[in-house]
Amino acid sequence: MTTPLGKDLLALEPLTPEQIRLILDTAGPFKEISERAIKKVPTLRGSTIVNLFFEASTRTRVSFEFAEKRLSADTVNVAASGSSVSKGETLVDTARNLEAMRIDMVVIRHGASGAAHFLAERIESNVINAGDGTHEHPTQGLLDLLTLRDHFGSLEGRRVCICGDVLHSRVARSNIWGLKKLGAEVGVCGPRSLLPNAVSELGVEVFDRIEAAIEWAEALNVLRLQLERMQGGYIPSLREYNRVFGVTRERLDRAPRDLLILHPGPMNRGVEIDSDVADGPHSVILEQVTNGVAVRMAVLYLLAGGAPELADAAKGGSDR
Amino acid sequence: MTDRERESGNRERGSGSGDRKGDARRTVLRGGRVIDPSQNLDATGDLILEDGKTGAFETAAGASYGDDIRVIDCAGLVVSPGFIDVHCHLREPGREDVETIATGARAAAVGGFTAVCAMPNTQPVTDNQAAVGFVLRQGQMANAARVHPIGAISLGQKGEALAEFGEMVGAGAVAVSDDGKPVASAHLMRTALEYARTFGIPVADHCEEPTLAAGGAMNEGIVSARLGLKGIPAEAEEIMVIRDILLARRTGGHVHLCHMSTKGSVELIRWGKERGIRVTAEACPHHLSLTENEVNGYNTNAKMNPPLRTEEDVEAIREAVRDGTIDLVATDHAPHHYDEKEREFSDAPNGIVGLETALAVVVKWLVKPEIIDLPTLIQRMSVSPARTFGLPGGSLQRGAVADVTVFDPTREWKVDAANFVSKGRNSPYSGHTLQGVVMCTIVGGRIVHQAAG
Repeated sequence: MTTPLGKDLLALEPLTPEQIRLILDTAGPFKEISERAIKKVPTLRGSTIVNLFFEASTRTRVSFEFAEKRLSADTVNVAASGSSVSKGETLVDTARNLEAMRIDMVVIRHGASGAAHFLAERIESNVINAGDGTHEHPTQGLLDLLTLRDHFGSLEGRRVCICGDVLHSRVARSNIWGLKKLGAEVGVCGPRSLLPNAVSELGVEVFDRIEAAIEWAEALNVLRLQLERMQGGYIPSLREYNRVFGVTRERLDRAPRDLLILHPGPMNRGVEIDSDVADGPHSVILEQVTNGVAVRMAVLYLLAGGAPELADAAKGGSDR
Repeated sequence: MTDRERESGNRERGSGSGDRKGDARRTVLRGGRVIDPSQNLDATGDLILEDGKTGAFETAAGASYGDDIRVIDCAGLVVSPGFIDVHCHLREPGREDVETIATGARAAAVGGFTAVCAMPNTQPVTDNQAAVGFVLRQGQMANAARVHPIGAISLGQKGEALAEFGEMVGAGAVAVSDDGKPVASAHLMRTALEYARTFGIPVADHCEEPTLAAGGAMNEGIVSARLGLKGIPAEAEEIMVIRDILLARRTGGHVHLCHMSTKGSVELIRWGKERGIRVTAEACPHHLSLTENEVNGYNTNAKMNPPLRTEEDVEAIREAVRDGTIDLVATDHAPHHYDEKEREFSDAPNGIVGLETALAVVVKWLVKPEIIDLPTLIQRMSVSPARTFGLPGGSLQRGAVADVTVFDPTREWKVDAANFVSKGRNSPYSGHTLQGVVMCTIVGGRIVHQAAG
């Protein structure tokens, strides 16, 4: 079935601005469903969705599961523990087995970049990437866009800085593509050892110092610093990271304007972000979580062949 | 030769009408353009092969030949000293499921190679005289391209203790290499160069600084940044290139640098050659034709080590093949099982098959755009490999071994990996239209491959 998004949602990089706007616009009415007492519509009744998580995840998996259940889909969670190098079944065999059970969609989280792409090429079902290695996490990117759009109205010309471990972050990549496609200016800030060597070719502003990033930006998307990066020798210590790159109240107080603060979670309080910032008045971190369910409902709906105009009719304004 | 061996030799695909005369004492390759850079020869005429050796070359047209001589019409074709691949992986012993010495030698013949050098990263590693002897014997039984064993530098390719070069050379090894693994220890590399000098063989090094390359799956650059794959920077290669050149200067040994892939490596090799240091280098057809963009879509058939680099690197490597900074073209033929490539990119093994596409890739990407001419191609694929590794062949001078490749440099064909004689199907050129077809491969005067049509 051809949908406005194609068969799968694997990444934001290949999407057009129109496709991204369509998803965000479709998410609007779905957000309202989650506010009702009875949070369920029959849209995906009879559809079978497998949540195939090769990596541990609470937030993303639960968010997808709520989105699926609120659309009345039948869901199965498969937590395939162990890495891709373990002796278990290959990804391609896992895929074929699932396909043989006549499912409709797969939501996959996997530690290898390209795993969702690999799966999508080999099965007929729709595939949604819930994070593949250090490549992309498109639904996270979309919920970040939706959150920013809720506050800014339009992203055109807005300045958003992604702070932290851009090198290993799938959230960063999805954000960079999504923001740029919607017309925002994108900055990145972090130690050079945690930025891709070719970062300047990504079309982003690079800030070596968090102070400069804060002065420039209207919103910060603060990435989680994975604790294993320290063991990997990318940074000397978490303590120094916080001292040099931490988003602190003190630093924000010196900014020329109030900044929206986003974080994809889970947070390391006192490392990349201080608690008084995370819990402060300009933090939209919990809105991100709420929007996550709506955006995922929109993606599921559109990939299942739902007509965008139906959702369009129910929604409010857009940034067009 | 026993009857059984003769039979297996004659089972060659499409051997055609030449079968009966497969072992004819005399053969004439009639009317071809004979190009032999070893004697600056480029002329049309008849080349006689006699008793396994190259005989006379006659430019007079219209000579007639008796019944006792097999005539192969080469009009419109190029007659070249047989191609020699100094770098391939034949997987035997250990992984006979993905290639054997016999299938590899036959694939080589199909690709116009009359000789190949088999890398020692087998299971177990070819690091002693018995193992070298095994490879040699299997190669002889294959009755296709000649197979020259390369011995390991270190026992088990562990990068610790030197293998017994002397005994391996005595058993038929033509070089030593730990290819597939870098020689991390500069001390070991130094010792290997000194020790190999005693036996007059090159040390072929896979240049990769292991801590920089660790975990890398492709070239480090914008494509790796976009795909979220760990990159291998060009410097991982270049650091070892300059280390090896400096150690060759120190020791007087002959270092041969495998599969050069970066512009920086070319500049360093040029620096070494200008100073008279004994450094030779090879480039692979894929590094002359494809860039890191092939990896887009997580194509595991574009995964090899060293990885495909940028357009700028590819151009520099082409130029280096043209001007001789890079001495020769080698395939790094590396068959893998379908299942091994059919997986997540970061977990898929490195390597592609190359024996059956090498000529056509070089013709398409270097000869057709007039970067090099056919004599240069033959120099880099035959004359230079023979000289660099001290192998028989690489010349059509009277008295040389009758190892000859006849090819059509103009004919186009579409690659279908299912038709490979190699057991490997892992080619990034599947579906590509290439140019240049090997019509006939002759080893020691015996036809080991003849194309249909």
